[in-house]
Amino acid sequence: MLDATSLAAIRLSIELSVVTTLSLLVLGTPLAWWLARGRSRWRLPIRSLVALPLVLPPSVLGFYLLVTLGANGPIGQITQSLGWGTLAFTFWGLLIGSLVYSLPFVVQPLINAFEAVGERPLEAAATLRAGPLDAFWHVALPLARPGYLTGAVMGFAHTLGEFGVVLMIGGNIPGQTRVISVQIYDHVEALEYTQAHWLAGGMLVFSFGVLLTLHWLQPPTRRRA
Amino acid sequence: MNAAALQVRARVAFGSGSDAFTLDVDLPLPGAGITALFGPSGCGKTTLLRAVAGLVRPQPGRVVVGDQMWQDDAAGVWLPTHRRALGYVFQEASLFAHLSVQGNLDFGLKRVPAAERRIALDQAIELLGIGHLLARRTSQLSGGERQRVAIARALATSPRLLLMDEPLAALDAARKAELLPYFERLQRELRIPLLYVSHSLDEVARLATHMVLLDAGRVRASGATGELLTRLDLPLAHGDHAGAVIDGALAAIDQRWNLLEVRFAGGVLHCVQAAGSPPRQVGERLRLRVLARDVSLALAPASDTSILNVLPATVHSLTDDGPAQTLVALDLAGSTLLARVTRKSAAALRLSAGQRVFAQVKGVALLD
Repeated sequence: MLDATSLAAIRLSIELSVVTTLSLLVLGTPLAWWLARGRSRWRLPIRSLVALPLVLPPSVLGFYLLVTLGANGPIGQITQSLGWGTLAFTFWGLLIGSLVYSLPFVVQPLINAFEAVGERPLEAAATLRAGPLDAFWHVALPLARPGYLTGAVMGFAHTLGEFGVVLMIGGNIPGQTRVISVQIYDHVEALEYTQAHWLAGGMLVFSFGVLLTLHWLQPPTRRRA
Repeated sequence: MNAAALQVRARVAFGSGSDAFTLDVDLPLPGAGITALFGPSGCGKTTLLRAVAGLVRPQPGRVVVGDQMWQDDAAGVWLPTHRRALGYVFQEASLFAHLSVQGNLDFGLKRVPAAERRIALDQAIELLGIGHLLARRTSQLSGGERQRVAIARALATSPRLLLMDEPLAALDAARKAELLPYFERLQRELRIPLLYVSHSLDEVARLATHMVLLDAGRVRASGATGELLTRLDLPLAHGDHAGAVIDGALAAIDQRWNLLEVRFAGGVLHCVQAAGSPPRQVGERLRLRVLARDVSLALAPASDTSILNVLPATVHSLTDDGPAQTLVALDLAGSTLLARVTRKSAAALRLSAGQRVFAQVKGVALLD
């Protein structure tokens, strides 16, 4: 059915997606909170920057990441001086690329969720003796839960399906940087259509299942506040 | 607790150019009873309430509630909202959708140290009649129920001051009528001073003991409700719904004719006991409203008239009300009534301040 390299690719893809999604949920929360509620004039430029991966071709993104992470790039210089070598063509390089690539898919739902929560519940919480942090944890976060669900699913699914950026900065090293999408490409190149079918079909079923679950969990109409 | 007074001095400015709005008030308020902040939309009522709550920061500002200083710029004191012992009821109930009714009630309660709790949650639940709703989700409540839960939620924090921003505005007439008695019970049983924002004169006349008339961010007048409603120099006394409120006590119930006899400082008024109204007890405090258009004047008491309520009074002052009518403020041993008569009648009777007249009251509305 599935050969060893395919199984390794599946494992790597899932690992990468889980770590990326969890990191983005943690890092994306303060960013989305600030973008949704801040008053800084930097808000709109940063918001546009966050959304860039939505419109840029993955190869463009991958190219710049490769340059940045490479031996002469700014991040490459830092990682080398720390004795880590360059991150391009490693799992960590792939992770950084995924974080950038999937950022808008996680942050945008969080922004929408925080905007939908609005000011009022937090004011109500303040009149009920909840300090800002208390109100964030016990009012804003629970109310933004649908956004977290959407963000997590979208982030996971997108990282799992990413191809262009991976190819640019991760290359195609079995067990290290070869993820499912690249593996499918390899199978097709090698005319191993059966293997390609299993993987591609698996991705299709999985993605459909994820979206269906999301729609089930998401209430069709927003509840009254 | 001593009914310590409330002191609010606040200046809040926002917008610019033609949108600029400045609220600028310096108000001593009673530390008991219901104080209504009244005025047209955009006069700054809500901003004033938010300033008291600390939801906006007046600059400069000073807010003192009893012996607690909430804001004093001169002394560098600023308590954020969550440190103020207040309860706030918003126009829409603003319940937390992710919590049940019980969860909403517990939210504030568990953030108040046990030593500061003076109102038991059970008491608040009982007072607002929401015991049967505790397990419900907030989305399963009617508008009136939501507002009652919001009030109980605020009460559960044992506030020193209760702030309400048009809590009835989002409700239809039936829900309003359902909620009004709870405000009266609240006042009778808990004695928490209540600042109440409203643009409905009917609500204010029914509930408020003290009122503040706001206009374009300034205090136009502040005083006892009965007094402000009958001051001829204020817009409240003009217009079709102008009238006096009279606080009295039920002296007798006339079962034969279904009439209530209400004794007040200026005499006795009879009013109709409406069918299906709650049972009354002699001695009960009642509030009556007498509209200016329902009061006519005579120089001698008429004996053969259908009007039951004829009270001796002294003309306090007069002012023109439109091209054809005159508004007369009447003094009845300390209580004030308004009468609206035609200018022609006023001239025929030669009405003037200090004159003895008889007020013929055609309609009396019971406000409880």
